[in-house]
Amino acid sequence: MNDARPAGEPGPLKVRITRKAFTAASGGRLDILRDLAFTLRHSEVGALVGPSGCGKTTTLRIIAGLDRDFEGTVLRPPAGRLGMVFQEPRLLPWRTVEDNVRLVAPDIVDAELSRLFAVLELSTHRAHFPGELSLGLARRVALARAFAVEPDLLLLDEPFVSLDEALAARLREQLVSLVESRAMTTLLVTHDLEEAVRLADRVFLLSARPARIVAEIPLATPRRARSDGDIAAMMADISTRINGGGPAE
Amino acid sequence: MLRLASLVLFVAIWWVASLFAGAQMLPGPEKVLATIVAEARTGELFFQTGVTLLRVFLAFTLAMAAGTAIGLLMGRFKLADRLGDPWLIVLLNLPALVIIVLAFIWAGLTEIAAVLAVAINKLPNAVVTVREGARALDASLDEMAQVFALPRWKALRHVVLPQLAPYIAAAARSGLSLVWKIVLIVELLGRPNGVGFEIGIAFQLFDVTRILAYALTFVVVILAIETLLVQPLERRASRWRTRAS
Repeated sequence: MNDARPAGEPGPLKVRITRKAFTAASGGRLDILRDLAFTLRHSEVGALVGPSGCGKTTTLRIIAGLDRDFEGTVLRPPAGRLGMVFQEPRLLPWRTVEDNVRLVAPDIVDAELSRLFAVLELSTHRAHFPGELSLGLARRVALARAFAVEPDLLLLDEPFVSLDEALAARLREQLVSLVESRAMTTLLVTHDLEEAVRLADRVFLLSARPARIVAEIPLATPRRARSDGDIAAMMADISTRINGGGPAE
Repeated sequence: MLRLASLVLFVAIWWVASLFAGAQMLPGPEKVLATIVAEARTGELFFQTGVTLLRVFLAFTLAMAAGTAIGLLMGRFKLADRLGDPWLIVLLNLPALVIIVLAFIWAGLTEIAAVLAVAINKLPNAVVTVREGARALDASLDEMAQVFALPRWKALRHVVLPQLAPYIAAAARSGLSLVWKIVLIVELLGRPNGVGFEIGIAFQLFDVTRILAYALTFVVVILAIETLLVQPLERRASRWRTRAS
């Protein structure tokens, strides 16, 4: 947790999971992931999109190193710092908003922290405890925490799920400005195709269980330049691919 | 207010009972108070109470520190739990007197033996309570700490210990009263000073006034510790909880 990061050593995120199985309650082995492989280039934003329960979160947990019981390899950017936003905020209830962030990023400069809180509209909540926050605010604190460590790899697990659409849209905007403020490889997991198309450079479509990548769709237009029309067109395009079903590269 | 009224009622009942029982069996409150004042004047009261308090403090600290560490270990690791559990059951069921007598026989009539004997009596209690807390630790926060690569001591201090705090507080509360009761027995059996020693002397002389004088003084001291130290600490530790609700 210091700033001694080997500079100029950007690497891709290479994921190759041949098999991930859970032991079911009945005793049998249940395959969750099968031959799931993809590569995300340095400073790209990737989105894993797939139906609920297909194993997206499991994939993210494997990449984060929280689950080592799988067959395959995960190559993370070398010497990379990891930032993660879980589906639930996972804040320490006994620490204030500011302390929650400072705990994981002890070296953060005050100005940088203030900027982060300002972007995420948290400035007035620094001294609050998580129990005093709404879910939307707590989510933003979780985002602030992940960005505060200046990650080289940022993992986001459905960060805006169960928020109302207006708030989710604002948070997406904030996320875009943060992601573009420094070079980091970002992997987002979502079941919301629109979210993926608005945020990602590259969309990976997952099949139902056991999950694998059925399509990889690079989105050439820069995020900021995508009009609502572009978004609708991309979504329509991807939807036909999903319904067409065939694997595409 | 109600507590004060209750206390006054207690003293009144004591006073009435002393009239019936006679001063030999149960001296009245005013006699006990006079003895307390007299013992305080000679300095004896402060010395004996201080010595006992020091033993309580040492044994309590030792038992809580070791109990928290062992409880955490047993709550988190199955192997430690399996290995430690039979020991725990033995210790839980071993009478305090047996531990004290054996400690004095094996380690001599020393200060270390006395403090250790008391600590060992309290230990299993603390272990069981803290183990319960360690079993209830939130795995999702552990994962958070792991992902953000929190150093071990930092995770312990900021993630684990705050979750254990209510359990440690519960163990501490029951522990304080248990420890001081056992310290008195240890002093009675094998120490040349302290409240327990004084009460032992008074017992040989059938001096009920003196017994009550020392016992009450110590109760007041422990109550003071409880209200002035333990409770404020607890309030501070659960600050986030009260504000959240």
